[in-house]
Amino acid sequence: MTHAADTQAPLAASRRRFSLSEGQVSVIRHLVLMSFALVVLFPFFWIVSAAFKTQIDLLMGHILFEPNLDGFINVIFDKTSDFLRNFGNSMVIGAVSTFLVLVIATLAAFSLYRLQWPGWVLHSLLGWSVIFHMVPPITLAGAWYSMFRSVGLDNTYSGIILAHTTLHLPMALWMMGVFVRDVPKELVEAAQIDGAKVPRILWHVVLPIVRPGLAATGILTFIFSWNEFPVVLVLSQRQTATVPLGIGKYAQENTIAFTEMAAASTLSILPAFLLLLFAQRFIVRGLTSGAVK
Amino acid sequence: MKSDTFWRHATLWPALVLFALLTILPLLKLLALSFHDVEWVNREAVWEWVGLANYARLPQDNLLRAGALNTLIFAVVAVALQMLIGFILALLTTRVVRGRVFYRTVFILPILVPGIIIGAIWKLMYSYDFGVLNSLLLWLGLAPQDWLGDPDLALLSVIIVDVWHWTPFCFLLLLAGLESLPDDIFEAAKIDGATRWQQLRHITLPLMLPTIAVTFVFRMILAFKVFDEIYLLTGGGPGTSTEVISFTIYRRFFTEDQTGYGAAMSIAVIAVIAAGIIAATRATAGKGAKA
Repeated sequence: MTHAADTQAPLAASRRRFSLSEGQVSVIRHLVLMSFALVVLFPFFWIVSAAFKTQIDLLMGHILFEPNLDGFINVIFDKTSDFLRNFGNSMVIGAVSTFLVLVIATLAAFSLYRLQWPGWVLHSLLGWSVIFHMVPPITLAGAWYSMFRSVGLDNTYSGIILAHTTLHLPMALWMMGVFVRDVPKELVEAAQIDGAKVPRILWHVVLPIVRPGLAATGILTFIFSWNEFPVVLVLSQRQTATVPLGIGKYAQENTIAFTEMAAASTLSILPAFLLLLFAQRFIVRGLTSGAVK
Repeated sequence: MKSDTFWRHATLWPALVLFALLTILPLLKLLALSFHDVEWVNREAVWEWVGLANYARLPQDNLLRAGALNTLIFAVVAVALQMLIGFILALLTTRVVRGRVFYRTVFILPILVPGIIIGAIWKLMYSYDFGVLNSLLLWLGLAPQDWLGDPDLALLSVIIVDVWHWTPFCFLLLLAGLESLPDDIFEAAKIDGATRWQQLRHITLPLMLPTIAVTFVFRMILAFKVFDEIYLLTGGGPGTSTEVISFTIYRRFFTEDQTGYGAAMSIAVIAVIAAGIIAATRATAGKGAKA
């Protein structure tokens, strides 16, 4: 696998020699993709199966085992487990920060691309958001912590929501920028000439066109907020801890509760997995327009 | 449209205020902190001016040096492998029509899962006693490895996780690029008798350059920010063998409470990244203007 040609050439040669039909080539392609997919999926199968094992089955490496729900029960119902609270915190922080990100980014993108700002405003705002996006979040987390402390926002939902909103604003700004540029300039100008104010234009002209973009940006922002770790690590204590913090805790105990860790991990994957199954076209569109451009 | 001036500002200001309060202001705060030593006396922060002393300490910090070096090795090796494997797989599987939605679902899944959980999964799989990798080695008649505890192996183990995590996405981006290449060029090359290698070397690669560059830059940025997986897998250890730059900052700033010094380190990292971006933009600006 050191050279693209090494893997391609034998295939081409063998095709000539045995003259593989298109059908056979397609079978080989599927075999390659299938093996790749199995490698990608295997860790997920493994963690889900570990979640259904008893600690003994897991430690003994039993491949066949009787499914057991203790891991899940401990994670969800045990009094010492914070998992449900973490789950709820992640939901609240994810939902509110996503809403804020969408509102702020859509307004700003519309303003920048359709309301005649001078070029330098556009470029310096986008340039700054690029730099901010590339800097490791941990560099600013310390300053956020001490700023939030001095105004009483440390370890509060508001503080974490503000931080997540800021963190994901650059990405949303580019993505919504791409979608807002789909709104024809003439349409906006015509509405202005008819005397429509900006709120009306946003609601009746822009919103219908960018709605799929909002879905794409919103879903990705929510997932990224759900997954975010370094900033919550710094900003939150037990009451406001999110799912990743909860999982991180398991790994730091002296005796790691492996089955609980596996069960909690399995449950934490569910939201992203469900969104991927039911909203895939939005996720794909978001990833191709925002992450890449 | 005079009345629109109000709305022009009203729509942009929320973003400006948020950026000002939560990126510019913290940056200034970090800058101020970096010239001070901060002591906590009776829950009050006491700042003592130390000038450039914090910055002067940076080059002598062995942890920082290890962190910077490991981050570089991690980013370069992991991203190179992801791009290479992703590109080969994309070449092998272009024009697969059936099952696209299934494959795409599978290949997107890893990047939507929290990094910390990727770390948790692999920590269990790497376990010396019951991890699946050692089971496999034993089954093959090989000696089990202490994947995360062996200083010579730990960084490689972390890189393997990252390659698993991100190769599928690189594959999807590169595949999309390959499939958007125009067919007629390849037809013409075939008629001219170009071998498959010549087609790859002289047509596919040059045409794919923009896609490759975008994927590469996108991945490098994220690789330099790596934190979550390593936090869970090794915590930077054993020793400093998987120490990365985000970790060093976290350790100095929070674990050791060296606020002023941690701030200086943050400022230095931000400055290096900003300089890199500006240099890269300058370098590509000429090309961009032509295109």
